[in-house]
Amino acid sequence: MDDKIMSGCGLSGILNKKGKRFSGKDIIQSIALMHDRSNGLGGGFAAYGIYPEHKEYYALHLFYDHQKARNKVENTLEKYFSIKQREEIPTRKVKNISNQPLIWRYFVKPDPNQLESRELTEEEYVVEQVMNVNENIAGAYIFSSGKNMGVFKGVGYPEDIADFFMLEDYEAYLWTAHGRFPTNTPGWWGGAHPFTLLDWSIVHNGEISSYGANKRYIEMHGYKCTMMTDTEVITYLFDLLIRKHKLPIEAVIQAIASPLWSEIERMEPQAQNIAKTIRTVYGSCLLNGPFSIILGHSQGFIALNDRIKLRPLVVAEDEERMYVASEESAIREVCPEPDKIWTPRGGEAVIAQLENAGKGVV
Amino acid sequence: MNVINSKGIYYRELNKEIRKLVARGTREITLENVNGQRYIGDGIKEPVKITIHGTPGNDMAAFASGVEMTVYGNVQDGAANTMGDGKLIVHGDAGDILGYAMRGGQVYIKGSVGYRVGIHMKGYQEKQPVIIIGGTAGDFFGEYMAGGRLILLGLNREKESIVGNHLGVGMHGGIIYIRDEVEEYKVGLEVNISEADEEDRKEIEKLLSGYCEEFGLDLEQVMDAKFSKLIPVSSRPYGNLYAY
Repeated sequence: MDDKIMSGCGLSGILNKKGKRFSGKDIIQSIALMHDRSNGLGGGFAAYGIYPEHKEYYALHLFYDHQKARNKVENTLEKYFSIKQREEIPTRKVKNISNQPLIWRYFVKPDPNQLESRELTEEEYVVEQVMNVNENIAGAYIFSSGKNMGVFKGVGYPEDIADFFMLEDYEAYLWTAHGRFPTNTPGWWGGAHPFTLLDWSIVHNGEISSYGANKRYIEMHGYKCTMMTDTEVITYLFDLLIRKHKLPIEAVIQAIASPLWSEIERMEPQAQNIAKTIRTVYGSCLLNGPFSIILGHSQGFIALNDRIKLRPLVVAEDEERMYVASEESAIREVCPEPDKIWTPRGGEAVIAQLENAGKGVV
Repeated sequence: MNVINSKGIYYRELNKEIRKLVARGTREITLENVNGQRYIGDGIKEPVKITIHGTPGNDMAAFASGVEMTVYGNVQDGAANTMGDGKLIVHGDAGDILGYAMRGGQVYIKGSVGYRVGIHMKGYQEKQPVIIIGGTAGDFFGEYMAGGRLILLGLNREKESIVGNHLGVGMHGGIIYIRDEVEEYKVGLEVNISEADEEDRKEIEKLLSGYCEEFGLDLEQVMDAKFSKLIPVSSRPYGNLYAY
């Protein structure tokens, strides 16, 4: 029995609805309780609100396989951005973490002249450079590119990764976390969750059987899949549908976890018409296969299961915070008596937002 | 009686401790402050009473045969997986795949349950597993059911429907009783819905008496409603699949 690994990935997320920042301790404790859902081949965290002193700047987090990659990337960054600050991301020696790449961060702003001449939005400009580096510079990966947020991830159990990055020293109003049990793709530093682009971050338990169809679709819109795993495509789909196509969130959920045709047949005419239209136009965005995901963004999180609920997801709320996790116990570990605790149905999104959400996604 | 404060104890240590006590002849164990420890009570054959305060982890009471477990709290996914005998009483809700391939014993849930509950339950002659749920159930309730009894009461609910879609899909044995009407579209093609008759109601009442006693419910009141009865159209739909 000892050599049998009984696991599936684990997810956790905590949002302070009032936007108050809190240290990484709670999220570490929550994800660590589900230690046995992962197998030490990937752990990671997304933290929102951690860089208030640089909040006007895009925070780029990078892995480098070697110094040469760093030189190349820095040349590129200097060409396209003004760099306010650059530094190695602080880490400490941890027994169970080894073979780490070089890990750097940069606080940058697009070069205004180039931005104007290219006639791109600021965000589009950043996305283009993220894709450029990840596709074209060997041994370099931008794994976090939002403002006032950052991802910390690697090969190891999540609690060891947190220790390695000293996450107890960071304060965020939203944390998400992931413990990985890789099934189909390699366990490497870039392959750990969360997967991000701009403010979006995804942690995911499950597998995307429709990956091929989703990848072909998203690549037609200029995204490049470079992380060797299915999850990154989810991040890009949300970015495309919300940021670029400006769909309301209900429509995005219907595209990604569409109701079954048999359910659509039973809808009222107007709802049916909308559901049919979305399935027709955005059929290639449908995520098939088992999943539970947490999408983090600057205004909160969205938690979602596949339509027939082949993965677990529990949500809870108390006065200040909203919680989401793969297991109820992972919530109770940090909030023993929430006001409300429930399990959403398959395909039913849970939308948790800051109370004073500004440019909301909803 | 033995009390274990389970706070912060890793699941392997906790389960080792329980087994040690059982081997020594202890027949009543109380676990305090349980949170997320997996596999509690799994495979225990002795008639032990285990009382749990907190939220036990996944796959509790799996392969258990004779143990009686009472939980003051909610249980997570996979409880009573392939349970052979004994009892699981939950003063709260249960997660997904409760009672998967269960083949004996009783599971009483006071609240609601998740998806895929009672799937692949089996029964043979007098050995018929029973799951009774006070609240509601999600999709795929009783999927591939082959024996035993599933009773869904839907008490204390507001607007939510008593059961999800794909009810009894692939069912080929056993009986599902639901204390409400069930829409045709929800059930699998292999399932026949009728209203429970006198004979059926006697069976339901008998099965519910222990449940109502456990949770302090008025049996007469619970029985004061129509029950739908779901049975498979054919007991062996693929009996000739390889025989042509």
